[in-house]
Amino acid sequence: MKITFDWLKDHLKTNLKEKNLLEQLTNVGLEVEGVQNLSSDKELFKVAKIIKTIKHPNADRLKVCDVDIGEKEFKKVVCGATNAVEGLITVYASPGSIIPKTKTKLVVAKIRGVTSYGMLCSESELNLSDESDGIIELSSGYKKIIGKNYFSKSKSNLIDLSITPNRPDCLGIRGIARDLAASGFGKLIDFKKKKIKSNNRHSLKVKIKKEKNQGCSIFGSCLITDVKNTESPQWLKDKLISIGQKPISAIVDITNYVMFDLNRPLHAYNADKIEKGIIVRNSKSGEKFTALDNKDYKLEDGMCVISDHKGVLGLGGIIGGVRSGTELDTKNILLESAYFKPGSIRTTAKKLNLDTDAKFRFERGIDPLSIEDGLNKAAILIKEICGGKISKIDVQKIETHKTKIIKFDINLIEKVAGFKISTKEIFKILENLGFKFKKKKNFFELTVPSWRPDITQGIDIVEELVRISGYDKISIIDPIKKRKKSTLNKSQKLFHFLQRSIASKGYLEAITWSFTDSNYNNYFRDTKKEIKIVNPISTELDVLRNSIFSNLIIYMNKNLDRGFKDLSIYEIGPTFTGSKPGEQNTVVCGLSSGKKSRLSWIEKERNVDVFDVKKDVVQTLIEAGYKSEEFFIDNKTPNYYHPGKSGRLFLKKDEDLVAAYFGEIHPNIIKKIDMRTESLVGFEIFLDNLKLSVKTLNDQKNKFNVSDYQKSERDFAFIINKDVNAQNLINAIASVDKNLISNIKVFDVYEGDNIPENQKSIAISVTIQSIEKTLNDNELESINKLIIETVENKTGAKIRS
Amino acid sequence: MSDLKKIKDELLLKLKSKLNLSEVNQMKSDLFGKNGLVSSQFKKIGTIAETEKKKFASELNIIKDELQDLINLKIKEIENEEIREKLQKEKIDITLPERPFVRGKIHPVSQTIDEISSIFSEIGFSVEEGPDVESEYNNFTALNTPENHPARDMHDTFYLDEKKERLLRTHTSPVQIRTMLKDKPPFKIIAPGRTYRSDSDQTHAPMFHQVEGLHIDKDINMGHLKGCLNYFIKEFFELDKIKMRFRPSHFPFTEPSAEVDIGYEMKDGKIVIGEGDQWLEILGCGMVHPNVLRNVKVDPIKFQGYAFGMGIDRLAMLKYGINDLRAFFDCDYRWLNHFGFDPLDVPTNYRGLSR
Repeated sequence: MKITFDWLKDHLKTNLKEKNLLEQLTNVGLEVEGVQNLSSDKELFKVAKIIKTIKHPNADRLKVCDVDIGEKEFKKVVCGATNAVEGLITVYASPGSIIPKTKTKLVVAKIRGVTSYGMLCSESELNLSDESDGIIELSSGYKKIIGKNYFSKSKSNLIDLSITPNRPDCLGIRGIARDLAASGFGKLIDFKKKKIKSNNRHSLKVKIKKEKNQGCSIFGSCLITDVKNTESPQWLKDKLISIGQKPISAIVDITNYVMFDLNRPLHAYNADKIEKGIIVRNSKSGEKFTALDNKDYKLEDGMCVISDHKGVLGLGGIIGGVRSGTELDTKNILLESAYFKPGSIRTTAKKLNLDTDAKFRFERGIDPLSIEDGLNKAAILIKEICGGKISKIDVQKIETHKTKIIKFDINLIEKVAGFKISTKEIFKILENLGFKFKKKKNFFELTVPSWRPDITQGIDIVEELVRISGYDKISIIDPIKKRKKSTLNKSQKLFHFLQRSIASKGYLEAITWSFTDSNYNNYFRDTKKEIKIVNPISTELDVLRNSIFSNLIIYMNKNLDRGFKDLSIYEIGPTFTGSKPGEQNTVVCGLSSGKKSRLSWIEKERNVDVFDVKKDVVQTLIEAGYKSEEFFIDNKTPNYYHPGKSGRLFLKKDEDLVAAYFGEIHPNIIKKIDMRTESLVGFEIFLDNLKLSVKTLNDQKNKFNVSDYQKSERDFAFIINKDVNAQNLINAIASVDKNLISNIKVFDVYEGDNIPENQKSIAISVTIQSIEKTLNDNELESINKLIIETVENKTGAKIRS
Repeated sequence: MSDLKKIKDELLLKLKSKLNLSEVNQMKSDLFGKNGLVSSQFKKIGTIAETEKKKFASELNIIKDELQDLINLKIKEIENEEIREKLQKEKIDITLPERPFVRGKIHPVSQTIDEISSIFSEIGFSVEEGPDVESEYNNFTALNTPENHPARDMHDTFYLDEKKERLLRTHTSPVQIRTMLKDKPPFKIIAPGRTYRSDSDQTHAPMFHQVEGLHIDKDINMGHLKGCLNYFIKEFFELDKIKMRFRPSHFPFTEPSAEVDIGYEMKDGKIVIGEGDQWLEILGCGMVHPNVLRNVKVDPIKFQGYAFGMGIDRLAMLKYGINDLRAFFDCDYRWLNHFGFDPLDVPTNYRGLSR
């Protein structure tokens, strides 16, 4: 909502300055979004006439124009607009002026070798409208003021307010003035209600059809005959220009003026184009009309239309139609002032993707009691400016407005706001805002003004009172430092632990979108369902991610393109399994590329490999409190991993939920996305599949049980079939005697010379120690024997002699 | 006695020359070995007259100790020299680089979430979560934003079905609804998380982070709200004093509603929070609307309280001087390294939020 202090002063008597105004607007909740200082440089925009145009010698699309700006000599201006023709009256910007749209300062400049002194402006360049196709075409009325300033001399700045959707009343200058007056910023000037005095018959029949979901409940109108539509007088043009509107013709300007002044949208029809009478009704599917924006609209069932016996004239409260539009030569007009229901307006506008000033106002709620005020004010102005005869006002209603009454207990103010407002002050504020009140036994009975659809209950009254009194009256109550419940629950603690644990292993934490490119997602989707976004922001972000890998790999590739080679990144966040709330998992996903110790003078460089990520996964899980001796690992992994170089990890052998996957990314994927790296490995840890320990850290630390008896380390080398996993051997050894075998380490794996084909040698070191005594040679020997026997029996291995 | 003196002088003379360890050991056995010079002097004791005996013995002992010390000292000297030489040979160029290491970092948004949680933890808030995919009901209707409400226009929403029943939450406020439906009052929670709006330019990203706050009890009023936020802002920006302004605004789910600005000024092209006469909007808040409480079966006559919501990414930008929101999600290795935090830098109450 754009306003000026000058316009406000039509409704507000005040001696205060604009600086105070800006503060007070903010204080009452009418946020100042921006202030445009127009007073100084607006004088540099002049009404001008193109005298002569010639083609630019060096550019086909440009013209060199001689422009009359009221000075002795014409200005030479280079212009590219097709409508820049001889005789056109338009707006000229002098060098030094700041173009409102671009905020750039205009200078005398050579354009393709021809010096241009200033510029001819389009509406969009002056922020008057979005029209950027060609320069402004002013009517012949401006001929008299060539060389004069196009913008009014008003020194008032343009103030842009952000009006919250609950305050339709503040979409009119008067509403804003009312709020300011209530807050003590001046006095609201009484609204001099001039009424139409007329005995002329309203000869057009208007009917609101009573049907289900009728979007119009009141339709007021009057006929004005024998008007001479013209250009608006200067005061009216200035007024509209001062808030960034472009004057069109007196009748249109007047309806706009009343809309901005009182938030009372009106519509003027060419009465001669209306066939027999007005019918307000629901549209039928397939009906068509051409709207004032020159677009054709095809309507669905149930949209509120203003029609005559020939068909649709306009969409009530949204946009009028071309057929009955008001032109300069229009003689007889029907002036409409109606009440359209917010929900109906919104539904229709959404379906047709239409946004207009009227729609914006009606969908927020227009004062239903402003029908006649609007008609009176506009009709009298039209008569003053365009002449003509006004008919009696006709108001058709299918519902009567019900006044809202609220029972209000003033104790609620202190209960909610924490401070008291005196009864006197309460009455003053409410009265100034337009409320009426009656004192009852324990409460007040408040009558809500008809322009405040947002107020329905006591709490709304509290807001009004606190808002107008000032939020600075709310005192600061310091919080109490007391905690009744732990801040994080177990799974949140685990989240934070894993997040920092992975980072501590050299990974940089990334945060990427929860959506991704479906092409990449498909590489990592495995068997999961694709979840499409109906209205994605771009085709590259069209699905919810089934895995974090897709985004990580996209960004990894970008970093490789930047010239980095050895990268480790990870993300902890959601992946999605379905489109219902809750169908998501929290995953820690990491990706490593390139080499370890590249170009080191001391360490041998090597590619990152699956055992690097296996270490990161296992170490992280151990750090998080899970027992590595219970982990179960096999090689069944989703199809985006290298089938031979990847694994999955269960916290326990009999668990069904996978705790983690790790491995090399499938070479086909790397090839398809054209990634250049020596090696790419990754992992995924599934938080939701990790059992949360019921024990606290405290409980886990209770017992300290170690053995100080001598330990013995024995080495074994087994020959075994190549496809048997080392884990089988380890499990077999561990099963021999849990009390005596304290550590098992694979220290060599060998294939080749001296080993039969399809077999391998695995060397294992086993630590044997009792917590009861030092074992003697005999005892150790029998354990050795048992280890060899067990391994041979369980795995088919043979001890290497 | 002159024998002894002679022995000593000879030894002193020998020790002056450059000797190795075995030569010194040889000298040692020449003196103190079974038939060594000193040992043979001891054998003489028996042959000496009784009157001279005591004196001779005592002098002999003194000389013996003296000689032993001299030899031991020499041995030590030689050993030290040998070690010194060995170490000298082992000397390396210590300016060569250490073994390679890699350093991980925590994303500034994660760090900021931990900072926020730590601050609210101290005043008794616990952390709640909700899903990223929400129902239209939880995201809007239950929050007093019925269908066809113009306030819905303020949220450009991503939908997951044509009927617009499932969407990506546009704010963290639906966690209020979930929390209040799940438990009984009082409620005192914060809910940080991802939020989504189909909006993308220099200052908007289609995904961003918010933290929701909710405190419902029997007598929680706007003074508590102001106190809580004043405390949070001071703690978060690690300042003793802060300029804060509550400005009336409108959110369908709170009444009265406010937007909160903090004072700042520009110094050398950088934002300095806490001083100056410029205002910067940082969050929205208000008293939970009675309609919302009714929607979650909490009696608004008995219970009341406040809610707030703020942009985490924006808070991080302000605190850490980050200019571009889009960079948060661009995953540029250099950016992550520059703005990331060491994983050991865990924000806590006792060690403070930052170093």
